[in-house]
Amino acid sequence: MPQPESAKSTPPVVKKRITDPRSVQVFLVGFTYLFFIGFIFLPLGLVFSQAFQKGWSFYLESIREPYAIEAVKLTLLTVAIVVPVNAVFGVAAAWAITKFNFKGKSALKSLLDLPFAVSPVIAGLIFVLLVGSRTTFGSWLGEHGIKIIFSTPGIIIATIFVTFPFIARELIPLMEAQGRDEEEAALTLGAKGWQIFGKITLPNIRWGLIYGMILCGARSIGEFGAVSVVSGHIRGQTNTIPLHVEILYSEYNFTASFAVASLLVFLALLTVVIKGGIEKQFQKKSFHL
Amino acid sequence: MGIELQNITKTFGEYKAIDNLSLSIPSGDLIALLGPSGCGKTTLLRIIAGLELADSGKIILENKDTTNLPPREKNVGFVFQHYALFRRLTVFENVAFGLKVLPFRQRPARKEIRERVEHLLKLVQMDWALKRYPSQLSGGQRQRVALARALAVNPRVLLLDEPFSALDAKVRQELRRWLRKLHDEIHVTSIFVTHDQEEALELADKIVVINKGRIEQQGTPQEVYDHPANAFVYNFLGNVNVFHGRIKNGKVSLGNHHLDVPDELKNVEEKTSQTFVRPHEIGISRIRSNDNDLEGTIREVRLQGGQIGLNIECEGLDGAIEAEVPRELFINLQLAKGVQVFVTINRVRVFTGDYEI
Repeated sequence: MPQPESAKSTPPVVKKRITDPRSVQVFLVGFTYLFFIGFIFLPLGLVFSQAFQKGWSFYLESIREPYAIEAVKLTLLTVAIVVPVNAVFGVAAAWAITKFNFKGKSALKSLLDLPFAVSPVIAGLIFVLLVGSRTTFGSWLGEHGIKIIFSTPGIIIATIFVTFPFIARELIPLMEAQGRDEEEAALTLGAKGWQIFGKITLPNIRWGLIYGMILCGARSIGEFGAVSVVSGHIRGQTNTIPLHVEILYSEYNFTASFAVASLLVFLALLTVVIKGGIEKQFQKKSFHL
Repeated sequence: MGIELQNITKTFGEYKAIDNLSLSIPSGDLIALLGPSGCGKTTLLRIIAGLELADSGKIILENKDTTNLPPREKNVGFVFQHYALFRRLTVFENVAFGLKVLPFRQRPARKEIRERVEHLLKLVQMDWALKRYPSQLSGGQRQRVALARALAVNPRVLLLDEPFSALDAKVRQELRRWLRKLHDEIHVTSIFVTHDQEEALELADKIVVINKGRIEQQGTPQEVYDHPANAFVYNFLGNVNVFHGRIKNGKVSLGNHHLDVPDELKNVEEKTSQTFVRPHEIGISRIRSNDNDLEGTIREVRLQGGQIGLNIECEGLDGAIEAEVPRELFINLQLAKGVQVFVTINRVRVFTGDYEI
């Protein structure tokens, strides 16, 4: 078909901009910056200025004080146990939910969000009521010399509860998008279950898993509510970093309190940096679809 | 026998996906399982591969009963519709996978694996892409790698689940011819599933037409196309005009016209019937050639490559007739929209009873 003359002579008009007007852009960007300044930069700056108010030596002293060191140790121990446990649970749950059909699957999927929805204080109370020394189960444990509430196991259990959705929630959409094709292909090629998991499934979810573990770890470090209920605040024994910060603060020891809090900030910033790096990798490599 | 299926049944809840189906396929054949979507053809393929369990029945591959073997011991090559290549592994690692997961004692030496993989990739013309990742390949290239991967384990049988349906038309055709050639070289008993009758007719040694979990007909492409066993097969194997009517006194009515029915239906008493005519078995002329010609007007003209499709409204017929004429005839007769023509029906097939697709 011959082109009509008019179509040949007039080139199509290209609109320079198809986005919102400039004023809207300026307003939104400005608002975002203001919000960041008010709610992130300012508080962060305040933490550090308070922490260093009495100088370097006081700062170092505050974080090197035995109780502070015990708190750091306990926090790191908690993270070291919670993250692997939740990683195993998260992979297992995501695997079950995405690769099999079973009764109660959708209910399970919604319940996965429960720890996010429930107040951490209530989460802590649940465990006090469940295994506290006044319950039958709790006193039975007590008779056998196992102490859960007001000791390290309680802190770990409460933290596991609060952070278990992170990894599973990261993996479920990823595994759903990837489907079962590759596993089935591996199966027809003669691979055994563990070979399929190790060579196909795990590499495919690798970045998502690491990402979820980082989020889980960050939350475990900072968890206050649930841990506060089950820990009993025994200095040097059941105090995590956030609890230690709170104790110092309530003793009007502001500078020391902020000094220890700055440790949490460093850990948080470190998490954000690692997370950013992982995200880049994630985008680059994960979507070989 | 290459593949022998005996009385396979599979239900999903209330739904019968495979209904007491039996099938024998000689060694070395390339077979097409042809049917509409949801007819159970993919389910059947997955049952043979062990990815799905049949409720009952027996599966014998190359004279070995594999019914109760787990999928990894069935030793079938499976090619998926969406390739299912391992995205984290290179092309080489993908093809080598089936060899590398073998138990230590059966696993070939590194060098042997390398040679075998390179040989297979040469066979599928992908030896230049050893170190590439699947995401760096086009659809057609991925499917060829998937085929090499399936062949790497020396499968008893090769199963292909709509292997070309995710590709664009040009690549599909190219890959089809290439697969036929490849099969002629390697001779592994193969089944491919398709809903594309053209693909089945072009590629297969034998076509098995499936509908609602049952076999409607099996035979060479020629047999199935020329002598369809029933209305479903006739309809499914190409474009068709259907006229509903009745058989009476050895004649079937087509509008105001009465045609002789085929011999096997001569003795049928009055019965509802369907008369089928393929668009390319309809003759078009500007002058009446015999009394049985229908008179009509062209309502629509469609360009279909070498053929021209015509939609003709005929006197005494309810629906319009679809006809196909060669381009040359179209030009010679100076056909166009609104032109009066005479329609000669060269060949009809009559089926009695009702059917649904």
